[in-house]
Amino acid sequence: MAKLPTSVPLLVDRFGPHTHTIPPGGWTSAEEPDRTVKTHCCFCGQQCGIQLKVKDNKVVGFEPWQDFPFNLGKLCPKGVKRYLQGDHPDRLLTPLERVQGEGFRRIDWNKALDRTAEAIRRIQQEHGHDAFAVLTGASLTNEKAYLMGKFARVALRTANIDYNGRLCMVSAAAASKKILGYDRAANPWSDIRKSKCILVAGANVAECAPITTEYLWSAREAGAKIIVLDPRMTPIARTVDLYIPVRSGGDIGIFNGMLHVMIERGWIDRDFIAKHTTGFEEVERAVRKYTPEYASKIAGVPASMIVRAAEMWGPAESSFLLHSRGIEHHTKGVENCMAAINLVVATGRIGREGSGYAMITGQGNGQGAREQGQKCDQLPGHRDIENPEHREHMANVWGVLESSIPHKGLSALEIFEAAHARKIRGMILLSFNPMVSLPDQRFIREAIERLEFFAVIDFFLSETARFADIVFPGSLMEEDEGTTTSAEGRVVHHRQVVDPPGEARQDWKIICDLATRLGPKDKFAFASPKEIFDELRQASRGGASDYYGITWEKIDEQKGVFWPCPELDHPGTPRLYEGGRFAHPDGKAHFQAVEWRPAAEEPDEEYPITLTSGRVVAHYLSGNQTRRIGALVKQTPQPYCEMHPRLAEKLSVAEGDFVRVESRRGSTTLRALIVKTIRPDHVFVPYHWPLERSVNNCTIRAIDPVSKIPEFKICAVRVAKAAPPSDDHVKLAPEAGGLR
Amino acid sequence: MSELAFFIDYSRCIGCRACVQACEECDTHRGQSMIHLETIERRDTVQTAPQMCMHCEDPVCARVCPADAIKQTPDGVTQSSLKPRCIGCANCVMACPFGVPKYEASIDQMMKCDYCFDRTSIGKKPMCATVCPSQALTFTTREEIERTRRGRPINEWRFGNEVVRTKVFVLVPPATTQVDVGLGDLVQIRAGKKASHVRPVAKDDVAALLEDLP
Repeated sequence: MAKLPTSVPLLVDRFGPHTHTIPPGGWTSAEEPDRTVKTHCCFCGQQCGIQLKVKDNKVVGFEPWQDFPFNLGKLCPKGVKRYLQGDHPDRLLTPLERVQGEGFRRIDWNKALDRTAEAIRRIQQEHGHDAFAVLTGASLTNEKAYLMGKFARVALRTANIDYNGRLCMVSAAAASKKILGYDRAANPWSDIRKSKCILVAGANVAECAPITTEYLWSAREAGAKIIVLDPRMTPIARTVDLYIPVRSGGDIGIFNGMLHVMIERGWIDRDFIAKHTTGFEEVERAVRKYTPEYASKIAGVPASMIVRAAEMWGPAESSFLLHSRGIEHHTKGVENCMAAINLVVATGRIGREGSGYAMITGQGNGQGAREQGQKCDQLPGHRDIENPEHREHMANVWGVLESSIPHKGLSALEIFEAAHARKIRGMILLSFNPMVSLPDQRFIREAIERLEFFAVIDFFLSETARFADIVFPGSLMEEDEGTTTSAEGRVVHHRQVVDPPGEARQDWKIICDLATRLGPKDKFAFASPKEIFDELRQASRGGASDYYGITWEKIDEQKGVFWPCPELDHPGTPRLYEGGRFAHPDGKAHFQAVEWRPAAEEPDEEYPITLTSGRVVAHYLSGNQTRRIGALVKQTPQPYCEMHPRLAEKLSVAEGDFVRVESRRGSTTLRALIVKTIRPDHVFVPYHWPLERSVNNCTIRAIDPVSKIPEFKICAVRVAKAAPPSDDHVKLAPEAGGLR
Repeated sequence: MSELAFFIDYSRCIGCRACVQACEECDTHRGQSMIHLETIERRDTVQTAPQMCMHCEDPVCARVCPADAIKQTPDGVTQSSLKPRCIGCANCVMACPFGVPKYEASIDQMMKCDYCFDRTSIGKKPMCATVCPSQALTFTTREEIERTRRGRPINEWRFGNEVVRTKVFVLVPPATTQVDVGLGDLVQIRAGKKASHVRPVAKDDVAALLEDLP
C-alpha cells in the first residue's frame, strides 16, 4: 500500500526540500564557462529563450539570449535562477524502494523496473487493464508527452491516462475548440502590440506570465486601452484604463453584459456574423436580459464599469482578448471562456494583425503536452479517441489493431476518485505533484494510500513521491533534448545542456525500458528523442495540431515554428483564422450562448467568505522545483492569506497575525497580509506549498462537466484569528511546509 | 543616433524582482545584488519601484568621501568604492539623495551599482535592464525611447535648493521637466511626522471602487 514510510520531518531531512543558494563551483564559476548553450526556460508556458553556462558538466549560470524573438533576453526571477535546480543536494541519484518504518533505500535499476513491471502485470491481470493508471505532466517535452500516451495505450492498454494540464487550461481549450475550431492561441504575441483595445480576463500577467507585460505596455504606449478583470488589483491592473474588480465566478456577468450593450449600440459586425459564423441568434437571445444592472448583480461590480468596458471594447478598431486561469478554474470554466470569446467573434476582430485572441497557457509545455495524446480523451494531433477514423490513423502509426486502442478514460481528478473507490489499484506518475496541486488534499491522500502499487518518476522526492513503492530518478529539462510548444503555438527546441547525474536517467529511457518489459519490444525501440519526434510528426499528420512539416533543424533556423505545419516546405502558421476561415468543417465560427450559473459552493452564513487561490511570480506549480531554489524561496518563503483591511477589522486581525482559513473540507493556518488591493468579500492564498500550508486543504473537489478542470478559484470559507499553530510540521523550513 | 542610456519607468514596474535576482548574477559582484526593489506601501498599493544607482553628473557620494574611494569613469559612471581606499565610514550612504549605496559590514566597504561596467563597457546592456520583463528598466537610445514611449525622459532632480543631474533617466508625464523631491517633506519625515506626499493611494483601494454598488 502506498503510504508514508516514515515521518515527514525525517523524509524532509534526507530528501528536502532544502534550498540551493550557491552555484556549483561557487560564485566565480561562471566567469570562464566551458560552453554556453541556447535553450529555453522550463518554468512557464512562455518558454523564454535563455543561454545556460556550463562548466564541468554542471550548469553554473545563465546569460540572456537576446536574439530569441519572443522574449529578446527578458526573464522573470524564475528564469534567472532556474539553473540552480541542477547540482542540487536533494537530487535523486538512484532508484529507491520504500522500506516501511525506515524510509527509502537504494535499489538496482533492473530490480526497480522488474518490480514495477510485475506489479503492473499483476494488477492488470487481477482487475483489468484500466485498473492501472498513468498520470503525467504538462511540463514534459512533446516527445515525452507523446511517449506517455503510447506507453499507456500500447504497452499498458489502459484507458486511464491523464495529466496535470487538467488543472491548467483545459477550459480554454474546450471553449476555443467549440467556437473557433482549434485549441491554440489564435494569434502570435506580436499581435498584442498592435492592438488598440486589450481585454485581460482573469490573468495575473505580471506574476504568471511576466514577459507578456511588456507586450501589454507596448500596446498601451501606442494608444491601446487596456481592461483588466480580477478580484485582486494585480500589478498590471494598477495602471490600466479600466480595472474591474469582478467577484470570483461573476465573469459571465461582465461578458454577457458587455455584449448586451454592444448589440444595443450597434457595436457588432453583422456582416461578419452573417458570413462567417453560426449561432448568433441564440447568443443574442441569451444576453437580452443581461442589462448592465442585471449583469452588475452577477459580477458584483457597479453597472457603470460594464458599460464603460463595452464602450472601450465595442467600437475599437482592433482588439485582443487574453485570458487564463482566473476565468478557467471554475465548474463553469468552459462557459466563462465561451462568453469571453463570443465578444471577439461578435466584432469580427480576429484573424488579422492586431486583432484576435489568446489563452495564456501556464505550464512549461501546457500547449504541446495537450496535443500529443496524454489526455484521457485525445490521441496525438488533437485527435478524438472516440472517432473511428482518428483511431484507425493511430493504429496504423503504432502498428496495432484499432480495437486494441483503449477508449476514453478518466480525467486526472476522476482517476484519484477511482483510486479512492478502489477501482484503480495502481499508478505510475511522472511530472505531477498531486499532494500539493489537487483540491481537497485529505481526499487525495486517502486515494493515494489505497493504491496497491505506486511508482513515481521524478528528479526530486516530491510530496507525492514520498508515498511511492518505487521511485525512479528522472531528468531535468536541461538533461534531455526535445521540443515544447509555447503559449503562442510556437514549437521550440530544448537542447541537452548537461548529462543526468549519478544513476539518474532520461525519463523517455525509463519509460521505454518499462514498456519493453510489458509490451511489444519493437514499438519502444527509440534510440533518441529525435526518433520519438519523427514518429510524433507522422502521428500528428493530418490532425488539427499538425507537426508533420516541423523538423528540429527548421525550429533552429526559424527560432521556432508555429503549428499547423503540414508540409516540409511549409513555414508554419503564426496567425490562425485569417480571412474569417475557422477550423470547423463548415469554415465558420460557432457562437455558444452562455447563461450564468452559480459555483459549486457559494459563500453562505456558515462559510461567508470567498476563497480564491493562485500563484506568485517566484514559484512554479507545486513548488517541487522552485521551493528548492534559495533565491526564489527568499523572495516568497511561505504562503499567506491576503485580505482587505475592512475584512481584517471585522475579524480583529492585524497584519502578520495567524489566521485559520477553513472550509467544509479542511483548513490551513498562515499569516495575514492585509491589503486594500483585494475585494473585501474575498481572501486569496497562493497554492505552491504542502501539508498544513496547502490552500488545497480547503479547495473544493468539483469539476467542470466538459473540461473536468477543478474549481480552484472559488469556494466558501470562514476565516478567524488563530493561535500560533502547533502541528507536526510547523517547525519545518517554510519551503518544506513549515511556518515562520 | 545617440549613445545607449538607462531609462526607468516606474509606471511599468510589476514588482517581480527579476532585476534584483539578475543583478546578483552579474560577474563583477556575483552573489550580491546592487539594485533595490522598494515596495511602496503594500497595504495600500501594489506599486513597486526599482532603484539602481542614478550615476549623478557630480556625485554627492564621491564628494563627501573622505578617503577619495569613489571614482567616476570618463563616461560618467560612478563606481563602487575602491577596496584599498574605502574606510567603511558610510558618509556616502548618508549623503546619497537616492538612498543607493549600502555599507556592507562583512567586508567593511560600500558597494553599489556600477552600471554593469563589465557589460556596458563592451556594448552589452546591464543585466537588470536586459531581463526586466516589463521593461520598466530599459537600456536603449533616446530616439528609441521617444519613438516608443509616451512619457518624457528627464534626468534633473531638485532637492530643496540643490539641483542634481543624473546619467540615468526616469520617464515622467510629458509636461514634467524636473522632479522636485520637496525637501520640506523630507525634513518632516526626519522629524517623525507623516510627510504630506506619502498618502494612502485611494484609487488602489478595491473597496472604494465598489462603493457605487447598490
